[in-house]
Amino acid sequence: MDFKLKIWRQKNRDDRGRFVDYEVKNVSPDASFLEMLDILNVDLVKRGEEPVAFDHDCREGICGSCGLVVNGRSHGPGRGIATCELRMRGFKGGETIVAEPWRAKSFPILKDLIVDRTALDRIIAAGGYISSKTGAVPEANSIQVPKPAAEEAMDAASCIGCGACVAACPNSSAMLFVAAKVSHLALLPQGKVERKERVLKMIEQMDKEGFGNCSNNYACEAECPKKISVTHIARLNREFILAEIS
Amino acid sequence: MKLDSKIPAGPIEKKWDSHRFNMKLVNPANKRKYSIIVIGTGLAGASAAASLGELGYNVLTFSYHESPRRAHSIAAQGGINAPKNYANDGDSIWRLFYDTVKGGDYRAREANVYRLAQVSGSIIDQCVAQGVPFARDYAGYLDNRSFGGAQVSRTFYARGQTGQQLLLGAYSALSRQINAGTVKFFPRREMLEVVLVDGQARGVVCRDLVTGKIETYAANAVVLATGGYANTFYLSTMAKASNATAIWRAYKKGAAFANPCFTQIHPTCIPQGGDYQSKLTLMSESLRNDGRIWVPKKKGDTRRADQIPEEERDYYLERLYPSFGNLVPRDVASRRAKEMCDKGYGVGPTSLAVYLDFAESIKRLGRHVIEERYGNLFDMYHEITAEDPYKGPMRIYPAVHYTMGGLWVDYNLMSTIPGLFVLGEANFSDHGANRLGASALMQGLADGYFVIPYTMGDYLASTKFKPVKVDDAPFIEAQGGIEGLIKKLMSINGKKTVEEFHRELGKIMWDNVGMGRNRAGLEKALKEIPRLRAEFWQNVKLVGVSNDMNAELERAGRVADFLELGELLAFDALHREESCGGHFREEHHTEEGEAQRNDKKFSYVAAWEFTGVGKKPILNKEPLKFEYVKPSQRSYK
Repeated sequence: MDFKLKIWRQKNRDDRGRFVDYEVKNVSPDASFLEMLDILNVDLVKRGEEPVAFDHDCREGICGSCGLVVNGRSHGPGRGIATCELRMRGFKGGETIVAEPWRAKSFPILKDLIVDRTALDRIIAAGGYISSKTGAVPEANSIQVPKPAAEEAMDAASCIGCGACVAACPNSSAMLFVAAKVSHLALLPQGKVERKERVLKMIEQMDKEGFGNCSNNYACEAECPKKISVTHIARLNREFILAEIS
Repeated sequence: MKLDSKIPAGPIEKKWDSHRFNMKLVNPANKRKYSIIVIGTGLAGASAAASLGELGYNVLTFSYHESPRRAHSIAAQGGINAPKNYANDGDSIWRLFYDTVKGGDYRAREANVYRLAQVSGSIIDQCVAQGVPFARDYAGYLDNRSFGGAQVSRTFYARGQTGQQLLLGAYSALSRQINAGTVKFFPRREMLEVVLVDGQARGVVCRDLVTGKIETYAANAVVLATGGYANTFYLSTMAKASNATAIWRAYKKGAAFANPCFTQIHPTCIPQGGDYQSKLTLMSESLRNDGRIWVPKKKGDTRRADQIPEEERDYYLERLYPSFGNLVPRDVASRRAKEMCDKGYGVGPTSLAVYLDFAESIKRLGRHVIEERYGNLFDMYHEITAEDPYKGPMRIYPAVHYTMGGLWVDYNLMSTIPGLFVLGEANFSDHGANRLGASALMQGLADGYFVIPYTMGDYLASTKFKPVKVDDAPFIEAQGGIEGLIKKLMSINGKKTVEEFHRELGKIMWDNVGMGRNRAGLEKALKEIPRLRAEFWQNVKLVGVSNDMNAELERAGRVADFLELGELLAFDALHREESCGGHFREEHHTEEGEAQRNDKKFSYVAAWEFTGVGKKPILNKEPLKFEYVKPSQRSYK
């Protein structure tokens, strides 16, 4: 398959950036989107041009490194996949494909398609954990966890921290990301002790990082590679109100 | 070089306890005066940095990723072992110890393996307390599943994302320490050199991957938790950035490299589709709990799987190994799959695949149970191959997945360089010649949470340190060396891309040093690798500049190291004239085609000492003594 590409190129944080047109030829329909970019990059290097910089690592949808807006959608067309799982067979031969980085004030662009998402780490560091010191914990089966709670906690915990929710949201809100962690820990008996402090600190940091608010657009859920539900945002709001008033 | 494994005296079940009592302690008020550098934030690195931070040490931790949570431990799927015996099926510390020593084909150190089995229960306690959402039964208790190489159910899991959940647990503990200020995290930094002062590891040289700046950091000790070297093969289940640079450069500074030829080929991966392919994707071994492996009984059968009737299918693992069946260890399952394909029974477009079939389990348990157990794996398979595994069998083929070899460490996890500790997959210690499923997560976390916090204290308390600064000569010299190396790489300006060199190396490795190895092939590899390496240093083409983000430059340094490591790997494989675990020399097998060890000659750890690039390394031997698990021919029949 052959494709025309419009790719965002930006030298560094301060550069204005622009779209540049490229062409790639003879791409296998089974190749992933990132493998298509690999082919382009080998061509560019051979021509002495700088390859397109993009974040990627595991290439199986779990590390959360990759993240491109492809044809206007976070992680491209399709549901429940990261960019590395996007296959070229879903595109039409000869089609023009537009690839750009996550666009959000809190995610400054470092180069081309790479953004700085360390704001998400700072939100976790503010309180996204259970303060269990190594060694100072009870036997694993001493606290039962109802299966439905464990399952729902796992749904939320499957977040890969890619930032697609932020990129998809018209307000660049990180509410789904924060909700996934708050919900995961609030659902478990182990996480209940610190639940109030946790939600307040994480929200405070989220605001400090400049992320917007939720206005029930649900684009985050639609683009989440792990299909995390917005119902977790509802739980986040309940946790927050509970912590505020009590 | 003298290898002292420092295994404590006394009966095996008392060794760790008595060692802990005998070790020196650092006074709580003095801990913050010591700095420790931790490289890597996977399970071993993150758990070590968090635990050392909690103790009050001043920890500096580095990753080439933007966030600690991106380390490749995140991709582990199936589970983590612990002998909790919740299933009441006869498990115990002794049994896990026994299974691991036997599974490693009697090439691991007994004392280390016993300690691993001993502390593994505490890992589960720790992870549950952190909020890891392990699978549970309807009463709310933890659930277990079976894994290869064991006849008990001792594997704890979180759907097919166990590595992710354990890493997020360790990451949360690490984040808490970052917030508390005991750990400082340096993102997007790649370690390129370890700095020795008077023979002790006292610091590192890093490259800031955003600005290209070369930086140096000083400390009292350095911990490498940088994973394995499976990407030497180019196509593997590793993440793209996974590399051996940290351990390889430490090797060149004097750390012995042990058993490099012990590499693991995982039996259940999605087969390669084409030349464009950048990596292989693993399908968790846990699938073998409910999936049955088969090939057609007729050679070259091109019928679709659903058109091949039951009596014309060969469930060869069940036929050959009636007691373990589809749950034989990984090395055995991989080798048999290759054998079937080599004989012409392979399936799919390339004939390099066997079937993994869930039809019977779906019928017996219902689709919803299979979905609950493996849903994400089935989705992943569907996504990659455009085939629905709920409707027809998966096609699978072995792929390089893990490396048991690594830097040699003593019982305290210290390498032959004083003050340089090595944890997790980066060291060689616990899995012998073959790692059992669900044991990598266990070892990474055991090293980080429950071993290094003690042994590091002992080292710091019993060592005299002279004060060092980063503007001392050894640091400036090391920094200059790295700057020179980068300049050299940037100035070659040849014609071939780093990617092309890496693929070429991978092909040499897979064809000659892969699943089946023989003298002729290994000797061929030992000719071709130095040739390719020489060509690399004359003909590699880099673009861009070094004081900027430059992915090609990052990869060039890593591939340069693989081009040296690949040679050592082949060299070790040639020297080890026996078959054991994942190391299968075609000259040495039993009548039934199983690996034939030679305990008389090779019951030792081969710890190689660097003498120069392209020069023959020195072989140091650590003899292995088996006092508790007597070596025998492994049998899974």
